[in-house]
Amino acid sequence: MIKKQIRKNDLNFFQRTYITEIFKGLSLTFRKIFQKKFTRQYPEEKWNPPISFRGRPVLVQEKNGTERCVACMLCARVCPALAIEIQADETFEYSKERYPKKFEINMLRCIFCGFCEEVCPEEAIVMSQEFELVFSSQDEAIFGKDKLLIPKEKLQNRLEFLRQYR
Amino acid sequence: MNVSITIDGKKIDCDFSKTVIQVAQENGTSIPHFCWHPSLSVSGNCRMCLVDVGMPKRNREGQIEVDANGNPITQFMPKLAIACSTQVADGMVVETKSDKIINAREAVMEFILINHPLDCPICDEAGECKLQDYAYKHSVGESRFEFEKVQKPKRVAIGKNVMLDNERCIMCSRCIRFCDEIVKEPSLVFSERGDNVTLTTFPGTSLDNSYSMNTIDLCPVGALTSKDFRFKARVWDMSFTDSICVGCSRGCNTTVGVRNNEILRLTPRLNENVNSYWMCDDGRLNTFEFVNKNRIKQPMIKRDGKFSECEWDEAISKTISELKRFSPSEILVIGSPFATNEDNFLLKKFAKQVLKTENICFFNHIVEGNKDELLILEDKTPNSFALKEFGFGNGNNFLQMISEKKIRAVYLLEDNIATDETIVNLLSNVDFIVTHSPNLNATTQIASVVFSSSTYAEKNGTLTNFEGRVQRIRPSVATLEHDRALDGFAMSRLDQFGAHNDRWTKGEKRDARSSWKIILNVANGFGAKWKYNTAEDVFKEICLNVKSFENMSYAKISNKGLLLKKMEMYV
Ligand code: SF4
Ligand code: SF4
Ligand code: SF4
Ligand code: SF4
Ligand code: FES
Repeated sequence: MIKKQIRKNDLNFFQRTYITEIFKGLSLTFRKIFQKKFTRQYPEEKWNPPISFRGRPVLVQEKNGTERCVACMLCARVCPALAIEIQADETFEYSKERYPKKFEINMLRCIFCGFCEEVCPEEAIVMSQEFELVFSSQDEAIFGKDKLLIPKEKLQNRLEFLRQYR
Repeated sequence: MNVSITIDGKKIDCDFSKTVIQVAQENGTSIPHFCWHPSLSVSGNCRMCLVDVGMPKRNREGQIEVDANGNPITQFMPKLAIACSTQVADGMVVETKSDKIINAREAVMEFILINHPLDCPICDEAGECKLQDYAYKHSVGESRFEFEKVQKPKRVAIGKNVMLDNERCIMCSRCIRFCDEIVKEPSLVFSERGDNVTLTTFPGTSLDNSYSMNTIDLCPVGALTSKDFRFKARVWDMSFTDSICVGCSRGCNTTVGVRNNEILRLTPRLNENVNSYWMCDDGRLNTFEFVNKNRIKQPMIKRDGKFSECEWDEAISKTISELKRFSPSEILVIGSPFATNEDNFLLKKFAKQVLKTENICFFNHIVEGNKDELLILEDKTPNSFALKEFGFGNGNNFLQMISEKKIRAVYLLEDNIATDETIVNLLSNVDFIVTHSPNLNATTQIASVVFSSSTYAEKNGTLTNFEGRVQRIRPSVATLEHDRALDGFAMSRLDQFGAHNDRWTKGEKRDARSSWKIILNVANGFGAKWKYNTAEDVFKEICLNVKSFENMSYAKISNKGLLLKKMEMYV
């Protein structure tokens, strides 16, 4: 049954002063003032997300400064938001045959689903703990390799977390 | 002689010379296979095509035994047989779907995959790989092999255009048989034994025949890859459009692979009447570069010896006012064996009805001696047959008139004729040259007005090959004239779901138009009042006006082509 909506015209004079409602509200406020606080003073007070948190996807950078990624484009294929754009190329320098000449994630498209991390055969793309993303233009939101590559050591926790589920 | 066999309970009448796999395929039962190929000899080494084969059981008197219900009893062979080399026989019973066969296939797959590297993520074949597909369809999906795989050389350049990854090779020998049987230049061979078998070239040689890249298409896995296409794109990111190779007058049927409005790959498309499964390396590698690069992006007019880009209307009115300065006999109209039937037909109509000139010709592009038994032909243009059919004269007959200054204006369709000094000098006698061209070249340099025209990959139309077969081309690269979505192009996933501000949908779109459309605009500028909305409208008129094109239509040509009337008796 649909509850009948009460309009202002339906209220009597006393109800229209709202005095009882104001006291009801204030009593709740005073009761809560003395209880435990749940809010935090963000951004002065930072929040450290749990390790299962899916922040912005980043690329794992090996010790020699290159990316782990072999430009297989499986992440680009699985990405439901079509956020990832990769151009592969051949390399003769490292033990791998191909590398991403270009690797870009459009952070305006990304929905932080983590599919890219899940599909990657090389553990080369992982979800970081970072969630503070600010851009002032559309172009700025397209992260290239410069912004995406993060040294492996910094991602160790996440990589270990992922191992449990392999 | 016809025999009757039963495949999976279905009775089929077929010729006795056929093999089980052929008959099955012709009748809609596909039997998985790696080494068998319709155009190559039977090698029977992959064992993927195993089927159960039986014959009616006969008693000592030779009579067929029947069961209680009167049905003949089938006696199956004790072991499974390979369908690719088993010839059919009267009364034969073939099972392709029983549990026994499914188990056998899974076992074969398991063996093949034992030493196959886990390369799919970096392998160009992934997405169009037989082994990958069969691993889903005919395999259990898990490996029981716990030891180290055999390691073999990867990234071996076995030819100018072909790269070999020996670990991925499944030893089907298709590539070897192709070189031996089709090109007839044996160059590949297996060496070593057992799981060390390695594909290699004969000592001191390499895979460098004119058709070497067909081995890449033949290879059921990613062992042979194209050096040109290597790592350029994933196949699932491209769109594919049926087209025709414009490298020579054979007109091999092709598939154009496009990503981000750029052609990345050409592959041959089956047409038994033209090119079978093959195309030559030259055609594959050299006929798409000019679509992607060195393009004229807009019409241009030469002022004081310098070109400046301009609007279409300006270039058209300039052309009209210039052409009006000359009498009809002073104008030479040159068709192009690189342009379509539609372009040339309309050009001729324009010359006759609007310019009223009789000087209509074209230039051949014959490279003498550059031909072979298989596909390559001396005539390096895709459409010279049609120009002869439409009555274009030989260009060389008009050179004399140019040198005598009887010709003062030239209207030229897409053809780079100013390739040598004598012609350049001759053309300097001409006051006004207007040309259609997709690319900057020597001829556009000496022209006064240049119309930016579409390439074969950007327009609808037909080409007529050396034996008079009319074949369709369709646009695969978008220009300002055509929109990928609205004009029904093949669309990749990226084309379908990309927004206008995604970088990968921003591939260059040139302001080029089909030549027939440019001619139409110029003719109507002269007051011709022609009405053609599509290339098909022009083609309909060709069919009404040119005897040998009678009764043709785009629908009838479809993607296999159609022979001209008068040529039918020769083939
Ligand atoms: S997290 Fe999801 S949306 Fe974001 S890039 Fe990865 S797959 Fe795409
Ligand atoms: S799935 Fe992994 S290896 Fe493949 S392209 Fe993405 S990040 Fe690179
Ligand atoms: S050949 Fe096929 S199965 Fe082998 S790695 Fe390449 S895609 Fe995968
Ligand atoms: S390279 Fe390819 S075609 Fe040649 S034998 Fe190996 S798998 Fe077969
Ligand atoms: S296809 Fe029959 S054995 Fe390979």
